[in-house]
Amino acid sequence: MKRKLTRKIKEGAIETILFLSALSSVFITISIVVVLSYESFGFFKEVPLIEFLTGREWTPLFAEPKFGILPLISGTLLITSIALIVALPLGLTAAVYLSEYAPHRLKEIIKPILELLAAVPTVVYGYFALLFLTPILQKFIPDLSGFNALSPGIIMGIMIIPYVSSVSEDAMRAVPMHIREGSYAMGATKLQTAFKVVIPSAFSGIAAAFIIGISRAIGETMVVAIAAGGMPNLTANPLEPVQTLTAYIVAVSLGDVPHGTIEYKTIFAAGMTLFLMTLVFNIIGFWLRKRIREAY
Amino acid sequence: MVKELKAEVKKLNFYYGRVQALKEINLPIERRKVSALIGPSGCGKTTFLRCFNRMHDLYPHNRYEGEIILHPDNVNIISPQMDPIEVRMQISMVFQKPNPFPKSIYENVAYGLRVRGVSKREVLDEKVEKSLRGAVLWDEVKDRLNHLAFDLSGGQQQRLCIARALATNPRILLFDEPTSALDPTATLKIEELIVELKNEVTIIIVTHNMQQAARVSDYTAFMYLGEIVEYDKTDRIFTAPSNKLTEEYITGRFG
Repeated sequence: MKRKLTRKIKEGAIETILFLSALSSVFITISIVVVLSYESFGFFKEVPLIEFLTGREWTPLFAEPKFGILPLISGTLLITSIALIVALPLGLTAAVYLSEYAPHRLKEIIKPILELLAAVPTVVYGYFALLFLTPILQKFIPDLSGFNALSPGIIMGIMIIPYVSSVSEDAMRAVPMHIREGSYAMGATKLQTAFKVVIPSAFSGIAAAFIIGISRAIGETMVVAIAAGGMPNLTANPLEPVQTLTAYIVAVSLGDVPHGTIEYKTIFAAGMTLFLMTLVFNIIGFWLRKRIREAY
Repeated sequence: MVKELKAEVKKLNFYYGRVQALKEINLPIERRKVSALIGPSGCGKTTFLRCFNRMHDLYPHNRYEGEIILHPDNVNIISPQMDPIEVRMQISMVFQKPNPFPKSIYENVAYGLRVRGVSKREVLDEKVEKSLRGAVLWDEVKDRLNHLAFDLSGGQQQRLCIARALATNPRILLFDEPTSALDPTATLKIEELIVELKNEVTIIIVTHNMQQAARVSDYTAFMYLGEIVEYDKTDRIFTAPSNKLTEEYITGRFG
């Protein structure tokens, strides 16, 4: 009887601890949202939402501040697009090679190396873009300014290749062999089988991989803070300096903005915008991942 | 009438790495007849079937010895000089589990033609309709050819796979236990279809279901431990087998 009781208490205690640790992540997420909302609410009391969303200039630290978020959004989208133009095709072809072509042993070597790309500290990538890639690009594009969107965009693309390739490859490997055999039995080549049957079969997983890559690119800070120039600039020209939402937040946080001022609150307004952008992509990604499980 | 051979298997040995899975197989394949391969699990019947379209080439360390001669051009389809893709262009296969591609019904049937570089709409339309009619699926799907193949029932999916295999006018059609994943009604439909199809194409079918072999096939080979124990007309195999092992198997005493 006594042993049964102690066992019950022990089990109960463990369950409570496990529950609390699970709860903590939920609690932290909710706190972040609450703080973000509270502080940006303070911001929007002073700056009308319409000005924030439609203003074409972002100069909160000037004597005559302007609070239009568009230049930061355009900077974020510009660099993200460049990164995706690099990462999606390279990541997908790498995944096709790893899943359909690479002999087992070679794959065991290539995959960890590829994943190492994600382990390099982003600050290293930042200086790599600024001090290595930009000077090289300037030799081909004389108009390229020292700080620009192009170089950090490309580097960021390389950085997120493993996120794209790893999840895509998992999705392609999950395609059952008898689907591939069906294609081979029709006289298809390896390439035809990979592109006409395996990729469409793994579509939702590959789409989820793309979404993860996009979220990662939007949220990336260090590379752009170092190499993009830190100048809010409403432009689609990758040769000019730009600033992203994340880079702005870093720049202002590092300065000596007094607590409670409107300048201080811009951090949270920008953070809220960023949060909503990544949230949308994560929800899409979550929905796609759920669909992939239903496929087989 | 003189028997006409579509293919001839001569002294076929097959190895998975060091393991020999097929031993000294000799077998004639009659033209426009259904030949059934029966035998207990693990006897090598599926392994044998997959030699005909070189499926074993997809995996490393597999090795063929001997010959499978395809008539009338007298080529050995398992010789290393023969391109497996060339072989598969002429010998189609229907698998155990229906395996349609994540495409529309139309594109599933057109797949083999597209792979061969056919892109003319009229040619594709005609072939798709003809193949779907051949697989007795046309009336059920003609109004929704652009629907996903996954919307079809299991039996319909398998008939779609048969249509897909027919679309390229194969010289031999291989069936690997085509009804093992289907209910009795769908099974019956596939069996009727197989009997129908032999007017146009030579068929080899692997089945673990002896009644099925008896119902659909003209010739039956009984396999055991990687060898062919007995081969004869189907009614002889099932009424008067000459080998004791065959008799024991078909009367259900083992296997």
